[in-house]
Amino acid sequence: MTFPQELAGRLAQAIINLNGPGRYVHWGFIQISVANLVVIALMIVVFVAAILVPFPRRSGGGR
Amino acid sequence: MNADSDGSDTGVQADLPEDEGQWSARLRRAAVNALPPGRLLPDRQPAYVASWIYVFGALTLAALAIVVLSGMVLAIEGPTWWHLSRVGLFVNSMHMWSVELFFFFMVVHLWGKFFMAAWRGRRRATWITGVLAFVVSIAAAFTGYLSQQNFDSQWIGTQAKDGINATGAGAFFNVLNFGQMLVWHVLLLPLVVGFVVVVHVLLVRRHGVVPPFAPDPGDLVAPEVVASAADRSVTR
Repeated sequence: MTFPQELAGRLAQAIINLNGPGRYVHWGFIQISVANLVVIALMIVVFVAAILVPFPRRSGGGR
Repeated sequence: MNADSDGSDTGVQADLPEDEGQWSARLRRAAVNALPPGRLLPDRQPAYVASWIYVFGALTLAALAIVVLSGMVLAIEGPTWWHLSRVGLFVNSMHMWSVELFFFFMVVHLWGKFFMAAWRGRRRATWITGVLAFVVSIAAAFTGYLSQQNFDSQWIGTQAKDGINATGAGAFFNVLNFGQMLVWHVLLLPLVVGFVVVVHVLLVRRHGVVPPFAPDPGDLVAPEVVASAADRSVTR
């Protein structure tokens, strides 16, 4: 492996270590992986942003 | 002769009057009446379409295109390539992450459409084909996980078999049969997803995007009421 590739690999590992068993959240009978929970949270954030962030309009306007 | 107002041949009507009753002429007329070219590929959209929510429908289509293209490369090269070579691992990851994005964008699109009650105004078929696309995509993703050819797919298959068999579907849908799952994943389900998505997009073109909810009558204030209130405030 060349140096830049090794460096890129180490940097990617430093951000988040996915090399291991998944973590789970238990809440009563509900059990969900942290990864899935993060994805659901991200979807909610993006959905709210899609509603609140103004859509750029072209000068001259549409119909 | 089929001529438009400017004299150009529209190609919709049959060339000879006696051919007007043929199935090809009737099908052509029905298709053009249902989706005239201007509606199939419009130049402008209503002002309320200028919203990020609508971008997610297009992003879903873009992710689906990447899913299909990367899947075709995987099918050409095979499991040894996608497990062992650098490029194969990259394309394999691209296939998986484009599926993740496909579902991500589709769910945001679904939430937006749900809260807008997008089935209003004779748009039920558009909504139902969207639901179908979502459900069939889940099956396509599931058979994809079973087709990975690794310990992960073995684990998923052995965990899923009891649930699938409990429904009775195991008689014709055996999750431990790799060949069957692979064909479902690379042939049958992509055909269904592709067909349903095309019908969904054509229905969106035919019926248009659902307009916003009409405001409650109580929210509407007549201009003369506003003017009279302004006059009163001035006179005081």
